[in-house]
Amino acid sequence: MLVGLLSGDRPRSLLLTAILLIILGSLAFAPFLFPGVRSLETAARICIFIVLVASYDLLLGYTGIVSFAHTMFFGLGAYGVALASTHMGRGWDALIVGALLGALAATVLALVIGLFSLRVRAIFFAMITLAVASAVAVLVSQLSGLTGGEDGLNYTIPRELTPAFRLGEVFGVPFNGKLLNYYLVFFASLALFLLLVRVVNSPFGRVLQAIRENDFRAEAIGYRVVLYRTLATCLSAAVAALAGSLFAIWLRYVGPDTTLSFEIMLDILLMVVIGGMGTMYGAVIGATIFVLAQNYLHTLMGAASEATSALPLVPDLLDPDRWLLWLGVLFVLSVYFFPTGIVGRLRAGR
Amino acid sequence: MTATPDHAPKYAELSLPQRLDAWAPYLLIPVLVVLGFFAIGSTSSWLTLTVSGLAMGMMIFIMASGLTLVFGLMDVINFGHGAFISVGAFVGITVLLALGNWTGSPSLLLNIAAILLAAIAAMCVTGALGWGFERVIVRPVYGAHLKQILVTVGGLIVIEQLIHVVWGPDEIFLTRPETLKGAFTFWGAAIERYRLLAVVVGVILFVAMRLVLRRTKIGLIVRAGVQNGEMVEALGYRLSLVFIGVFIAGSALAGLGGVMWGLYQEVITAGMGEEMMILVFIVVIIGGLGSVEGAFIGALLVGLLQNYIAFLEPKVALVSNIALMTAVLMWRPQGMMPVVKAK
Repeated sequence: MLVGLLSGDRPRSLLLTAILLIILGSLAFAPFLFPGVRSLETAARICIFIVLVASYDLLLGYTGIVSFAHTMFFGLGAYGVALASTHMGRGWDALIVGALLGALAATVLALVIGLFSLRVRAIFFAMITLAVASAVAVLVSQLSGLTGGEDGLNYTIPRELTPAFRLGEVFGVPFNGKLLNYYLVFFASLALFLLLVRVVNSPFGRVLQAIRENDFRAEAIGYRVVLYRTLATCLSAAVAALAGSLFAIWLRYVGPDTTLSFEIMLDILLMVVIGGMGTMYGAVIGATIFVLAQNYLHTLMGAASEATSALPLVPDLLDPDRWLLWLGVLFVLSVYFFPTGIVGRLRAGR
Repeated sequence: MTATPDHAPKYAELSLPQRLDAWAPYLLIPVLVVLGFFAIGSTSSWLTLTVSGLAMGMMIFIMASGLTLVFGLMDVINFGHGAFISVGAFVGITVLLALGNWTGSPSLLLNIAAILLAAIAAMCVTGALGWGFERVIVRPVYGAHLKQILVTVGGLIVIEQLIHVVWGPDEIFLTRPETLKGAFTFWGAAIERYRLLAVVVGVILFVAMRLVLRRTKIGLIVRAGVQNGEMVEALGYRLSLVFIGVFIAGSALAGLGGVMWGLYQEVITAGMGEEMMILVFIVVIIGGLGSVEGAFIGALLVGLLQNYIAFLEPKVALVSNIALMTAVLMWRPQGMMPVVKAK
């Protein structure tokens, strides 16, 4: 049954299996293992980013398409929930309608972009998505009447999902709405992730891999490459939008910086590459390592910068604000030297 | 004996639409300008907007020309091109600020000399940077588009962050040289002096580039390389050397574009290259990847349209470029002037 859940796609490495089990266990029992607001925040972020990164991997790793619009789809889902909650009032129906509408909008937009750019050359897609995503980001920050502009939107979600809803204590941890909210995020993420694993191991997923390896040959065998690429784009956009909805439900706030910025796009790229392109488990590992590093490395870099303050230039290089510099270096190096990422390494060293 | 086939060869002249088809992209610019005239209504604001649109287009063209040639020649798509724009702007502006005496004096000659020096410094630095970038970042990933995109994006991040390290995290404000400040009136329209300079520089560059590409041997090799690289190599030319030259020239042009854009905006940030890249990509796509003429027309279209629309409907201006790109791609999916690849 377990293998069935994973669609027959086993981790194929003992160490990898162990790491994945540890991550799953920690996330499943995060509120009890690591009590505290900050660690719960981190755990929820990891869950959501695993789905987001896995959906991006469907495009980048499995189909071989580079898109820079993934945060746009993520943001569409988030803004869908936010707008629905603002206009329909507090309630579960608002969350569901918002999430579905966001996913629908993302799918339609992905379809339009895909039909325009994938028809000619896959490389157009990278440039066109970059242009469209930046236009959408500008639009969202300019149309402040609808989207709240740079300030974003604050809204209320059903009371059962907020800390004000108390149910008592479990193992010494207060069992409240925040915990329910976390488990909503966790199980939804788990379901979406398993769905993606199912997709990439289906015949459809095999065709995508064939297109990645040699699109000309795939076309010659009789598969409509454009159709498959467009479908993959739409599917990945829809899942990204759902991840965005979860993020919006968890944070109770959306803004351009948290959902649409180009930096998040870079983060996603890094997570996919570091974890390992072309395997869903890479998304799990990449997202976990990255979010942990993001949350705790800042402090470390600040300390390093202080410690070297006597030297010239070095403290500037180690300044916590320059952490993107080191990520960029890491990114370039990992594309050269670990093209298969951590998962690929673990599988090879079996 | 078989009878001769009963068809007689006849010379069929191409119909007017067929002949016009090849020239249609060139015609788009005058059409857009005339349409803009009728939409705006007032001659003076139309003239102002046209000049600023042309100036903006020329600057975008300067940045885009290198990128499109690099792609045409070696099938390399360089997302790091934007970093050269930023670096060029920062180097050029540093030189300009150091030459405060020259830029502050009311003599046009000294002002132009200062800008020239700044441009040369910027081009040298970005050209050298381009050479290093090609060596370290691009060379190992020839032929793999996916890795190229990833690695050049990584390079873009690193260079942008290094700008922060060297020049500090804040944007730098600057003023234009004394004689290029302000505007003069021409037929009742206020035309900024600097924009006129940008148009002149852009036209000179375009003409020079066309001359090099059409009249010299190196231009012949470059054009032939874009059409069919293997054949050119088979004839004994080392295309990789030509390619490095084009890459360096393209990076230097991006630096020049950065200086000019910085002077135009009167503020420079490390992220400006990244922002410009979006316009540059739109221009390269609608022009047809690999085509210098296409990039020129595309850049002018983008510049003019953006200025007209910003005047007529400010809210729509945000998406006007995307709309333009969509329209062009619907008309010609490969871009306006696709380079015919014999592969």
